[in-house]
Amino acid sequence: MARLGVLIMLFALGPWAHAKEAAPAAEDPELEQRVMALSAELRCLVCQNQSLADSNAPLAVDLRNQVREQMKQGASDPDIVDFMVARYGDFVLFRPPFKWTTLLLWFGPLLLLAAGLAALFYRLKRRRTAADVELTEAERERAVKLLAESETERQ
Amino acid sequence: MTRYLLPFGIFAVLVALLGFGLTLNPREVPSPLIGKPAPQFSLPQLQAVDKRFSPKEMSGKVWILNVWASWCPPCLLEHPVITELARMKIAPVIGLNYKDRPEDAMTWLRRNGDPFELSASDIAGRIAIDYGVYGVPETYVIDKGGVIRYKRIGPLTPEIMKQKIVPLVQELDRG
Repeated sequence: MARLGVLIMLFALGPWAHAKEAAPAAEDPELEQRVMALSAELRCLVCQNQSLADSNAPLAVDLRNQVREQMKQGASDPDIVDFMVARYGDFVLFRPPFKWTTLLLWFGPLLLLAAGLAALFYRLKRRRTAADVELTEAERERAVKLLAESETERQ
Repeated sequence: MTRYLLPFGIFAVLVALLGFGLTLNPREVPSPLIGKPAPQFSLPQLQAVDKRFSPKEMSGKVWILNVWASWCPPCLLEHPVITELARMKIAPVIGLNYKDRPEDAMTWLRRNGDPFELSASDIAGRIAIDYGVYGVPETYVIDKGGVIRYKRIGPLTPEIMKQKIVPLVQELDRG
């Protein structure tokens, strides 16, 4: 009897148990998208292999808020990137800028490829020239004899 | 035999480079703030909330700014070094209390001793962002003209104090 009572009560509670639509995480989803897009380009300095967007370190949260605040005030993405670089250096950028000190970083792989190709062509060329060995008359005769011998052996 | 020499040589160079890389600390990011004016701010003092502190007050003096927090274990580790540095009286040591609760910060100072001339409360951590702080503790040496001359990320060690900070402060004092 008690069970039935509980069941009736549970059914009676139904109307109040309606689910609500999930509240949007941010007041302004468009701004939030911009914040996240830019944060994904910036390194979290506390946990260096994560971006500001990925990290929940307190500093990353603060810096995301900083990004959001500045965007609200109308700052452009390059403005905010400059703000971060002025404080934390180029290291905050996941895409390093193109300048004198980063030339090797940008062209290093190309240099390695060029060096590899050069080594390869050098070797191939040497091998080709090595194959063209001139035989003397005696050597040629001996080669013919050896070839003929192996021919008869095979039969 | 000689044909293996070149690959082996390249391998050895690679190992040497990687080995050297292991000795570097990726947390030590060179600060772009070295040689730049210390960012201005005005923050309430930790022990006297009605009073404020601004780097402007230090102009004409070589001074040391130490970013610390009561929740930061390495700060406790470096505390004896900062205390020693303050005791030498070669330059005023100002604390920047970073993202801390003032009552926690005060308890920490009472328990461990207060080496600072005063501490400024950066509860929101906004000023620390201007100083490019990302790993407390951090220490700055600022010259008479208000320019940042040195920055240390992470706890000071007695060696760094003796070999870097003390000579630098003395040199800047003469200049």
